[in-house]
Amino acid sequence: MRLLRMVGVGSLMHLKMASRSPFEIATGLIVPIVQATMAVYLLRASEQPQNMIKAAVGAGLMGIWSQVLFGSGGAIQRQRWMGTLEMMIISPRPPALTVLPITIATGLQGTYTMAATLVWGWVLYGIVPSFAHPGLFLVAVVVCIVGLGMFGLLLASTFILMRNANAVCNTLEYPIWLLSGMLVPITVLPGWTEPVASILPTTWGARAVHEAATGGAVWPSVGWCLLISLMCFGFGALSMSYVERRARAAATLALA
Amino acid sequence: MSELAIEAVGLRRTYRSRTGWLRPKIRQTEAVKGVSFTVAKGELFGLLGPNGAGKTTTIKMLNTLLIPSAGTARIFGHDVVENTTEVRRRIGYVFGGDRGLYDRLSALDNLRYFAELYAVPAREQKARIGELLELVNLAGRERERVEGYSRGMRQRLHIARGLLHRPQVLFLDEPSIGVDPVAARDLRRTVADLAATGTTVLLTTHYMAEADELCDRIAVIAQGELKALGTPDELKHYADGRRVVEVEAYGIDDDVYGRIRRIAGVKETTLEAQGAVQLLTVQSASDVDVQGEVLAALDGVRLGRVAARRPTLEDAYVSIVSDDSPELVVAT
Ligand SMILES: Nc1ncnc2c1ncn2[C@@H]1O[C@H](COP(=O)(O)OP(=O)(O)O)[C@@H](O)[C@H]1O
Ligand SMILES: [Mg+2]
Repeated sequence: MRLLRMVGVGSLMHLKMASRSPFEIATGLIVPIVQATMAVYLLRASEQPQNMIKAAVGAGLMGIWSQVLFGSGGAIQRQRWMGTLEMMIISPRPPALTVLPITIATGLQGTYTMAATLVWGWVLYGIVPSFAHPGLFLVAVVVCIVGLGMFGLLLASTFILMRNANAVCNTLEYPIWLLSGMLVPITVLPGWTEPVASILPTTWGARAVHEAATGGAVWPSVGWCLLISLMCFGFGALSMSYVERRARAAATLALA
Repeated sequence: MSELAIEAVGLRRTYRSRTGWLRPKIRQTEAVKGVSFTVAKGELFGLLGPNGAGKTTTIKMLNTLLIPSAGTARIFGHDVVENTTEVRRRIGYVFGGDRGLYDRLSALDNLRYFAELYAVPAREQKARIGELLELVNLAGRERERVEGYSRGMRQRLHIARGLLHRPQVLFLDEPSIGVDPVAARDLRRTVADLAATGTTVLLTTHYMAEADELCDRIAVIAQGELKALGTPDELKHYADGRRVVEVEAYGIDDDVYGRIRRIAGVKETTLEAQGAVQLLTVQSASDVDVQGEVLAALDGVRLGRVAARRPTLEDAYVSIVSDDSPELVVAT
């Protein structure tokens, strides 16, 4: 209960901070428009009405993904710059739990991006969001955020160790978009990518969201996403504790 | 013997940094080279030394942020490497300067966030935060964003944050750096009050006067080594048997300064610019009078006041941290 409260308050504060950053505000305004536009032209959503929602949802998921990647990676880097990383690590909590609010907050920011993409798709291109299973859609989105947040945690551990982690984050962004089939259906990709894709929680999260939007069995995907997320959390927590110790040995918690 | 709050035994820390991309070289810095001391419960202990002496490194080994390269440390008997969580429950950490707070959040939000992180029970949080805002004189301004705060206000907020979970040991790393004299005085009073109510405080500073005013005992550290340890009064004896000449001058260059340093009988010299005027101090053994030779060396330089005086704690500090100081003397 107390840990939940901590994660809750922490996420709220990190969200509050993001909502006050001029950079984040600008990104939050522009990115959804760009994504809605890209989706419409790349997937010719206007010709095939079925693709419209798929495109908007795919673009929205991309938004969540890049938020988590830049969010959890960038946030760790920012904490280092601000000198607050040390203040977080010095708390008597497991390091995974002090970092989790950051990845959850960015997951939530991503939800906003998805909603905004849908709205812009509607306003600019007349793509009316209509969902096969509206209720399940919400469930799937929440599950997807959990998946992204947990995967983000796993990634964030690398950022604590490395002071130049931004490079890693940039190289990961596009492959994982493609692999998890957020925009392009996985079947378009070469066969070898399939096993890789199927161990990413985001693949199942994205599939659940797609299914909820356009029809299909949603629950199995939701189940897989949650299961893999749980594993990500487990590994993330272990890796975070290991990495925290390494960072204390290598002196990478602070800037100098 | 009273209960020990901090025990440091042979602490060492080496930093490895990589320089160059094509042919990377590993450079090693020995920041702390075997430091041992103990701090009793409730004591206000000062770690005094010039910039780069290894003060911050020592503090970070004690507060679990750095793992020592060698040696051990315990906080109330808990090993800082093995029982990290137990140590973290008992310590607070405050450092000087602008960083370490969430600028885009209000002071209140900063404190609420860290109260959760530092495991302050939910139902105590509100009262505790109010009490601390009162203590550091920020009550009434807690809803303003920290980005609009002055250096002194930030520093006070830092202290409030460090005290949220009622730590038994408080680490203060150069808390008065960059704050104005009035704020620094308030800060010293807050620290003294904390120590008076039983909190163990380890304070680092490079201001002699601050350490002298506040600390029960002072460890002087330079080049990663402990040079002296004792009460301020004990440390003053380092300058016993010295005589000090102080000269105000305008335009001492390296040549002239070098000549003064080479005068026979001169032990220590310092040259400090204070605006346009330079303050030269020359320490010598008390049985030699170097004043005449110093003035001769300053021939052609415009001079202000010239005075001989008895050595102060400041002079003792200068003689301790300089290279040719005697071997470590521990007075306990
Ligand atoms: N992260 C680091 N990497 C490499 N060298 C460092 C690092 N931190 C400090 N140092 C070096 O270690 C020495 C001691 O630094 P520090 O403990 O910060 O001294 P102080 O706090 O007394 O000014 C200095 O020479 C400094 O340059
Ligand atoms: Mg320092």
